[in-house]
Amino acid sequence: MFDPAAGQGQPGEGPLGAAGEWRNAALPETENRYPPGDLAIWVFILAELAVFGLFFASYAFTRMQHVALFNQYQLTLDRTSALINTVALLTSSYFVVRAVQAIKSNDTQLCQRWLWAAIAMAALFIAVKGHEFAHHFAAGINLSTNTFYMFYLSLTFFHFMHVVMGMVILTAIALKARKGGYSASEHTGVETGASYWHMVDMVWLILFPLVYVMR
Amino acid sequence: MKYQSQAVAKPYFIAAIGLFVGQILFGLVLGLQYVMGDFLFPEIPFNVARMVHTNLLIVWLLFGFMGSAYYMVPEEAERDLENPKLAIIMFWVFLVAGALTILGYLLVPYSGLAQMTGNDMLPTMGREFLEQPTITKIGIVVVALAFLYNIGMTILKGRKTAVSLVLLLGLVGLAVMFLFSFYNPDNLVKDKFYWWWVVHLWVEGVWELILGAILAFVLIKTTGVDREVIEKWLYVIIAMTLITGIIGTGHHYYWIGTPRYWQWWGSIFSAMEPIPFFMMTVFAFNMVNRRRRNHPNKAAVLWALGTAVMAFLGSGVWGFLHTLSPVNFYTHGSQITAAHGHMAFYGAYVMIVLTMISYAMPMLRGRDAANSNRSQVLEMWSFWLMTVAIVFITLFLTAAGILQVYLQRYSDDPQPFMIVQEKISLFYWMREVAGVVFIVGLLVYISSFFIGNADPENQTEAA
Repeated sequence: MFDPAAGQGQPGEGPLGAAGEWRNAALPETENRYPPGDLAIWVFILAELAVFGLFFASYAFTRMQHVALFNQYQLTLDRTSALINTVALLTSSYFVVRAVQAIKSNDTQLCQRWLWAAIAMAALFIAVKGHEFAHHFAAGINLSTNTFYMFYLSLTFFHFMHVVMGMVILTAIALKARKGGYSASEHTGVETGASYWHMVDMVWLILFPLVYVMR
Repeated sequence: MKYQSQAVAKPYFIAAIGLFVGQILFGLVLGLQYVMGDFLFPEIPFNVARMVHTNLLIVWLLFGFMGSAYYMVPEEAERDLENPKLAIIMFWVFLVAGALTILGYLLVPYSGLAQMTGNDMLPTMGREFLEQPTITKIGIVVVALAFLYNIGMTILKGRKTAVSLVLLLGLVGLAVMFLFSFYNPDNLVKDKFYWWWVVHLWVEGVWELILGAILAFVLIKTTGVDREVIEKWLYVIIAMTLITGIIGTGHHYYWIGTPRYWQWWGSIFSAMEPIPFFMMTVFAFNMVNRRRRNHPNKAAVLWALGTAVMAFLGSGVWGFLHTLSPVNFYTHGSQITAAHGHMAFYGAYVMIVLTMISYAMPMLRGRDAANSNRSQVLEMWSFWLMTVAIVFITLFLTAAGILQVYLQRYSDDPQPFMIVQEKISLFYWMREVAGVVFIVGLLVYISSFFIGNADPENQTEAA
C-alpha cells in the first residue's frame, strides 16, 4: 500500500543519496570542493550576474549614444571615495577568505573574528557610499536629472542594496559561527556566504572602472 | 488525508471548478463577440462579458488558493486547522458575495450597480479587474483576514516549514496588495501607478510565491525527494521572483506618464523575470527524475510538470516577447498582450490549482492516494485537451497581434483599429475553435470526477 504521508525526508538516509550534489559534505574535508558552498547559491549568483550584466551592457550601449554627456557628468563623481570603497571591498573579501581558511582548520573563534572584520569593511563601504549619495541628493540630483545620473544612481544603488544583503548574510554566518555551528568537516554555510560576498565584490570591480573611471 | 480539518478544502475546490466553467462559457461568448459584434447584445454586452470572464477567473483562483492552503497547511504544520468552522462560514460568505457580484454585473447596468452599492461613499469601481462594488471589496478583505487568521495561527502553533512560510508570505502579500484597490486617486497617472500594485504585484509577485509553495508541496508528496532539497530550490526561486518581479512592475510604467527611468528599470528587471520560471521548470523535472518512488496519482504529477512548462512559456517567454520598452512601444495593449495573458494565467495559476486539486481530491473523497486508472486516464486526456487548446489560443492571438501591430502601428501606412480588426478576424475565428476544444477538455475534466469511482484505486507499480 502506498503511504501518502511519506516524503517528509527519510531520516538516516543522510544528505547524499538522490540529491547528492546539493550537499557534498561527505567528501573528504581536505579536498577543495567545486563549486564551493551550496550549489543553490551558484544558481542565484548566476542569476544576479545576469541582471548586473544586462545593466552594464545597457550602460555601455547608452553611453555610445551620449559620450559627451557621460564624460561631462562622470567628472562630478567622487573617484577618491570610490577608490576607498574598492579597497574596502577587496579587503573585506580577503578577510572572508581568511574566515573560510580558519574554519577549515577548525578554528571557530578565528573564523568569527575574520567575518566581523569583513562586515566592518562592508560597513565602511556603506558609510562612504551613503556620504556620496547624500552629496548628490543635496545637489538636487535624482533619477530624472539626466541619463548618466539615471544609470549612476540605479547601478550604484542596486549594488549598495547587495552590499547590505551581503552584510546580513555574513552577520548570520558570524552569529552561527559564534555558537559553534560550523566545523572543519561541515562549513558549507561559510563557503556559501563567502561565495555570495565575492560576487558582490566582483560586481563592484566592474562597476567602479565602468562608471567612475573609463572615458 | 492526515487531518480531519483538511476536509474544508473540498467545498473550495468544488466552487473553484464550478466558477471555472462559468469563466470559460463567458470566454466563448467573448470570443464570438470579437467576430460577431452584436452576439447576445443587448443582454450581455462585450464589456460585461469581459468583466465576468476576468472576475470569475480571479475569484475561482482565489477559491483554489484558499482550498490549497487549507489542505496543505495542516499537513505542513502537523496539526488540525485552527478553526475549521470559520473556514466553512467564510466559504459561504465568499461564494454568496461572489455570486451576487456576478449577478449584479449581468442584471444591472454597471453605473446602476455603482449607485445601488453606494460607490459614492468610497469610490473604487470602474477600473479593469477591480470592477467589484466597494462592498464586495470590503467583503473580500474580511474573508482574507479570517482566512489569514486561520492559516496563520495553524502555522504559528505548529511545525514551521519553508513551504508553509513561503505560502504564508504569499498569502499575506496577496491581502496587503489588494488594499491598494481602495486607493483611487483622481490623478490618472497615480491611479494607474497603484492599480498595478494590485494587478502586477499579485500575478508577478506574491502569487508566484503561492505557486512555488504549492508546487513544492506536491513535489515533496509525489516524488519523495528530501524536503531539504526541494526547500532550497524554493528559496532560490522566490528570491529571484522578488528581485525581478518587484522592480519589474516598471514594465507597466512606460507610457502612463511616469518618469523616463522606468523605461530602463522596467526593461532590465522584467527581462529577468523568466529566470525564476525557468528555474521552476528545471526544478520540477529534476525532482521527478530523482523520485524515490512512482506515485500512483500520475495525473497529479502530470499537472505539476505541465505547470512548470506552461508557466515558463506563458509567463516567461510570452512575457519577455513584449516586455522591453522599445518593443512594447508598438505592442502594448494589442492582441500580443491577450496572448500572453491567456497562456500565463492558464500555465501558472490555473494549472497549479488543478495540480493541487488533482493531488488532494482523491484523498478528500476517501481514496488512500489516487483515483482509479480509468478516472486518471480521463483527467490526463483533459490535461492535454485544455493545454493544447490554450497553446493554440495563444498562437492564434499572437499571430493576430503581430498582424495588428504591423497594420495598425508599424507599417508605413497605418490603418484604423476597426479596419485592422476586420482583417485579422480569421485568427479570431480560429481562436474560437480552439476555445471550443478547451471547453470540451474542461467537460472531460469534470467527467473524470464521476467516472471510474467504483473501480479500485490505482496502485504504484514497482519502482
